[in-house]
Amino acid sequence: MPDAIHVNTTKLPIEFDRRAFFTKIGLGSVGIAAAGTIVFAYEYLSPNVLYEPSAIVNTGKPESFAVNSVTMDVNSGIYLVRAEEGFFSLSAVCTHLGCLTAWNQDLGIIACPCHGSKFKRTGEKIEGPAPKPLPWLKTWESDEGDLMVDRSTDISPLQYLRI
Amino acid sequence: MPFNADQMIDKVRAGRVWRSVFRSGAGSSTLHRALAIQQNIFLHLFAAKVRRRMVRFGVTWYLGTLTFGTFLILIVTGILLMLYYHPSVPQAYADMKDLQFVVSSGLFLRNLHRWSAQLMVFLVFAHMFKVFYRGAYRTPREFNWVIGVVLLVVTLLLSYTGYLLPWDQLAFWAITVGSNLSSAVPLVGGKIHFLLLGGNQVNANALLRFYVLHCVVLPLAAILFIAIHFWRIRKDGGLYVQPSEPKTQAIIDSALAAKEGQ
Repeated sequence: MPDAIHVNTTKLPIEFDRRAFFTKIGLGSVGIAAAGTIVFAYEYLSPNVLYEPSAIVNTGKPESFAVNSVTMDVNSGIYLVRAEEGFFSLSAVCTHLGCLTAWNQDLGIIACPCHGSKFKRTGEKIEGPAPKPLPWLKTWESDEGDLMVDRSTDISPLQYLRI
Repeated sequence: MPFNADQMIDKVRAGRVWRSVFRSGAGSSTLHRALAIQQNIFLHLFAAKVRRRMVRFGVTWYLGTLTFGTFLILIVTGILLMLYYHPSVPQAYADMKDLQFVVSSGLFLRNLHRWSAQLMVFLVFAHMFKVFYRGAYRTPREFNWVIGVVLLVVTLLLSYTGYLLPWDQLAFWAITVGSNLSSAVPLVGGKIHFLLLGGNQVNANALLRFYVLHCVVLPLAAILFIAIHFWRIRKDGGLYVQPSEPKTQAIIDSALAAKEGQ
């Protein structure tokens, strides 16, 4: 048994030679450079400043909306709904593939023209390929008394704003 | 001295200028013809010699060549359309309308670009089906099939990125829907969507990115892979030809004869 240990210790220094060392250094630095290039490319391709419309929309005075009315703002892609329970706003962007939905007054539903998803006034899905209901958006009354909607902040449904 | 076209051509071909460009020289021997192919950067992708039955219409229906033809039309018409088109939100749609109604021959060039694009996608699929059903993808041509699949993807991406450039309602919503598909990729879907559009919605950045992809990145990729695709045909032993009919019939006959003999 002591003989076997002796053989192992003499082999060690031969395995690690100068050529293997420089190969590892070379491959390692190429790898670091490649990783740096990927990070650099990703950082360059994702814009840091966007010239997109603000997520916060001023929809106007609460009195301008009749009770049981659905008002669409086409430019910002939201619905402002005044139900008997109070105000709320919904995203008008279909949760399927991002088309702009439309409110149908006669049928009392929200419908998407692209792939036929249909939603209730509360955003709940009736039928179609949409995987999720239309999200409720954060809605509040500003100090000036205007109804404000934050399109980037979803809230859980049925949180009516009473004014 | 009467004018003789053949003698004139021979004289030019034997001249110093011609010889400095085309080093295979005058003459029509088999060697000269082979050298003319081998020593030309474009032609050397192809075999110096092909069997006559390989280039018969019925073998390939020339679908690959026709696809390449539409690609050349798209490059020429595309470069000409670029001279009047600005990839910016206020101008893109108006430039497209100008090309249709104001620019001389603009309508012709735009429609030629559009129809050739539709035709190219159709021909790529037809070419693929023809290769598939003839079994021309089998050993040793598997890798050329793989390059063909890359070219299919490049063609579809060219078609997709070009779709946004008219900047009309159809383009806008098609790209909105199409780019939202990429959001479905697990984990990195949102990031891919953001990088593709250069923002959260189809806007000025998206239009510019799609323009650069459509006019520079994807055509260069297509040219590179087309060159490899053609070169591999030679390297893989030329166009695939099925065993000739009489030979197949002979095998069937001998098999039937063997069966009857039992």
